[in-house]
Amino acid sequence: MFENLWINGEEAVAIILFGIGFTMLLFQRNLLKKLIGMNIMDTGVFLFLASMGYIEGRKAPIVTNGVLDTAAYINPVPAGLVLTGIVVSVSVTAVMLSLVIRLYKRYHTLDLDEIYVLSKHQMEDR
Amino acid sequence: MLFVVNFPLFTIVLSLFSGALCFMLPGKAARRYTMCYEAFLTVLCLWILQYTYLNGAFTYVMGEFPAPWGNEIRAGVLEATTALIFMIIMLTAVFCGYRFIEKDLDLSKENLYYALLNLMTAALLSMIWTNDLFTGYVFLEILTLTSCGLLIVREIGRTTLAAIRYMILNLLGSGLFLLGVVLLYDLSGHLLMVPIQKVIRELAADPNTLPVLTISTAILTIGLSIKSGLFPFHFWMPDTYGWATPTSAAIMSSLVSKAYIFLLIKIYWRVIGIDIVERMPIRNILLVLGIAGMVIGSVQALHADNINRMAAFSSAANIGYIFMGIGIGGVAGYTAAIFHIFAHAVTKAMLFLTTPRLAEVSGDSLLFKELQGSGLRDRDAGVFFTISAFSMIGIPIFAGFAAKLQFGLAAVEDGAGWRLILVFLALAVSSMLNALYFVRTIIRIYSRPNESTRMEVRPHHRAGYNVPMLVLTVMNLFLGLFSWVTVDLIHRGLMMFS
Repeated sequence: MFENLWINGEEAVAIILFGIGFTMLLFQRNLLKKLIGMNIMDTGVFLFLASMGYIEGRKAPIVTNGVLDTAAYINPVPAGLVLTGIVVSVSVTAVMLSLVIRLYKRYHTLDLDEIYVLSKHQMEDR
Repeated sequence: MLFVVNFPLFTIVLSLFSGALCFMLPGKAARRYTMCYEAFLTVLCLWILQYTYLNGAFTYVMGEFPAPWGNEIRAGVLEATTALIFMIIMLTAVFCGYRFIEKDLDLSKENLYYALLNLMTAALLSMIWTNDLFTGYVFLEILTLTSCGLLIVREIGRTTLAAIRYMILNLLGSGLFLLGVVLLYDLSGHLLMVPIQKVIRELAADPNTLPVLTISTAILTIGLSIKSGLFPFHFWMPDTYGWATPTSAAIMSSLVSKAYIFLLIKIYWRVIGIDIVERMPIRNILLVLGIAGMVIGSVQALHADNINRMAAFSSAANIGYIFMGIGIGGVAGYTAAIFHIFAHAVTKAMLFLTTPRLAEVSGDSLLFKELQGSGLRDRDAGVFFTISAFSMIGIPIFAGFAAKLQFGLAAVEDGAGWRLILVFLALAVSSMLNALYFVRTIIRIYSRPNESTRMEVRPHHRAGYNVPMLVLTVMNLFLGLFSWVTVDLIHRGLMMFS
């Protein structure tokens, strides 16, 4: 069983990274740490995809020296998925950061629990 | 004939283009443009529905790259019906809610609201039409971002806080969904739904790979159920729907959370294969969680002190109903679940568009004690609130009743046993709880207020509000009285799925 784990080392690490990020996003009280957790979670998935797409001994999918055999190259789709995923992750992070800035300007803290308590006391914006 | 095949892609591209256009238009022009183009999209969806009803489902291959490669869009009867109902609700939400948008928003930002709304339409439509899992993921993220935008445009502290909680939960959901998609891609080597299913059928025959398949499906399911707000992940709902501007609340509760469930149903039928899903334990877990959501959401709604929070908790309960339908399983169970998606979308949009009117004549307060007699001060809103409340309770001739009947029938068809007893008990308890809090609210808004809280009646633009609301009422009655038409459409659509 552990041999399989060793063979699929990258995938195992990717899933562990995903778990670390997931629990950070869920349980950290600090908003910035939550955001970093989200990024770690996404990175885990990207590592999983990238390690899956790489086959040892094959080249990047660009035709070189006139070799047209598909067995000489790796599949370009996983890399494309990673790129798309990175774009999505960057835009989500940007939106989240802008929300965090807005909350910080209003409540002067990054602790989500404190913000929640403060917002309960502020009755002027029902 | 060939021309219609382009329409699904055209609706998505047009929505994306409209989003960009609304950034440049001034506020009022953006609003008028959005109304016109949403009406145009509704016509297109009706056209697609008519075509698919007569000729069956079709697949649109983008860039002429055939099946295992490239990207595809697929339209069948079920997709077209869903798109049509979603577009009508979108249109009515804009018509009834734009006065509140003007009130809640900075005037210079009005066009940005409509830009976001159009991007959201694009995301909703592509999640309905897509035949590719990764496209589904990308537009799922766009839907999350735009709905967050629609929430925070109303710049008060509570919406920002609600938005951050909403985003955190949604990001957990999208992360899990992405992982699930990647695992399925790893297992099958495809991203298009039909080729994946072919490989998965071979894998499922092997008892060694079935657990892996179950885990991937479970991860996808958890991700999408977090995003749609299944119990125990429903606690973001009251803040999100309670403080958003009415159009956003209506769209988010009746369309956005339903789009995730629609995608889940589509994945079950078209990617994994419904017979394989029914062999997994997922179905029983969804049944139990759905029923728990129905009861606990209703109990929390009973304790709410504010009409929008009550409506939001009732949304949580109704998401429970839909997942109960998925849990019952079989064609009948899924038909009931999809029927309830439509019934609840129509009803809840109406509810969230009437409560701000009631609040407006009660000193802009949503608290129950201030709302006393508001139905007498604003008679139109009072009548429409009562209609939607009746539908939520499940009084015959309204959509809610037909949906509950479908759930009952599906449970009977599923066979006797603990599941049947559980479903019937849940339906009875939850209907009783629904009746308790909605009847209480109706009595509250129609009882005479004390002298001290008497407010004056304000004049309204009557036609602009009543006509779209009448459309929703007619849809509600149509779903309630002629439920067999919609059930037949859903049934045909599901048959086209597999």
